[in-house]
Amino acid sequence: MAFDHFTDTSAIVRTYLTSIISPVLYLADAPQEAIESVALRIKTKESLMEENALLRQFQLEQNEKLQQFALLQQENKKLRALLNSSPRHQSKSMVAEVMAVSKDRFSHQVVVNRGTLDKVYEGQPVIDDLGVVGQLLTPGTTTTHVLLITDSTQAIPIRIERTGVRAIAEGTGNIDRIKLNHIPHSTDIRVGDRLITSGLAQRFPEGYPVGVVTKIIRDEGRQFSTVFARPVAQLDRLKYLLLLWGAVDDIGEAVQIEEEENG
Amino acid sequence: MGDNTGLRSNWYIFLTILSALVLSMMPVPIQLELFRPDWPLLVVLYWCLALPNRVNIGVAWLTGFAMDIMMGSVFGVYAISFTITSVFCLSNYQTIRNFSVWQQSLLIAVLLCLYHLLVFWFSRFFATIHFIPNYLWPAMTGALCWPWVFWLLRKLRRQFSIQ
Repeated sequence: MAFDHFTDTSAIVRTYLTSIISPVLYLADAPQEAIESVALRIKTKESLMEENALLRQFQLEQNEKLQQFALLQQENKKLRALLNSSPRHQSKSMVAEVMAVSKDRFSHQVVVNRGTLDKVYEGQPVIDDLGVVGQLLTPGTTTTHVLLITDSTQAIPIRIERTGVRAIAEGTGNIDRIKLNHIPHSTDIRVGDRLITSGLAQRFPEGYPVGVVTKIIRDEGRQFSTVFARPVAQLDRLKYLLLLWGAVDDIGEAVQIEEEENG
Repeated sequence: MGDNTGLRSNWYIFLTILSALVLSMMPVPIQLELFRPDWPLLVVLYWCLALPNRVNIGVAWLTGFAMDIMMGSVFGVYAISFTITSVFCLSNYQTIRNFSVWQQSLLIAVLLCLYHLLVFWFSRFFATIHFIPNYLWPAMTGALCWPWVFWLLRKLRRQFSIQ
């Protein structure tokens, strides 16, 4: 146990072992897959048409926003060039499906159907359609565990959207709650403030929504106030996730930093 | 011939443990999640009682290790909990066999509680976690399921003459 926890040597072994055990996960997932495919087949024509119309409308709205986005991106690039700051890289992403939820009570993890065959890597950021979900643990060949942001061993660097104050959000082991530590009493922070990733640790890209502040305890007797937030991603009902790749440079940099730390 | 039977028995035992592992990972509604019995442990404990010559602490350790990999926990947490729990069954299997099924399920409840406490205790080394009594629900449902696990596996054992 200690050997696994305090050293990195078991990472390679873990890849192989995860690969060996992955058929069990696929087997366990099979009934649900079957039920879903049957449910899809027996859907009525009307409900499908309704859904189709809804999706069309949704796509139209999204496309309209996307047109603006292209313009904004162009503008942003120009402004950045004027400021001589480094341009932002377009990142690649891949859809993954949640196969199983880890039954370990003391750790918040889900298993996705992507692995080293899809070139995923350890520490890769994972989001869903609403916000940040977590990061990948050691990948197996075809399955990988995702450590959720609510896990008590997880911490993620964030920024408060309204004020830009930096902080670190830690998991609490409670699926609907994360905690900000070391927030001075004087900090301008209110219930309802949105938290976004700050991109400072090089692991999570900048600007993705993480949570919404739900509770602030300002006890003057203590050095810092305690701030609780609710993750915006629906961590208890995850189905489809997005794995993000930073630009190639970013990954190289991240790896380098890690090596320096280990060395 | 005898060797052949041994191989066949091992194969059947492997299959029952494998299906228990699949059952333990199968998605269920979140309300039922809290009450999910520990199928792999129940199956391993049954084989420890029925065929201690075939299923020993090694098998218990391996099953626990498989759980570790599936759970993504720190390696060894489940493995050692499985091992310690099964040792109690293995060292007293002759006594426990003479109990009625309901007496056995009481004993299983105690063993399952021990198992969950062990898992909690070992996990606690690596993360700040707190114990809530709700964690012990699977011990109760597991004990309630024990008679059926027992009868089903006994039927399998006799039908396919696993020995």
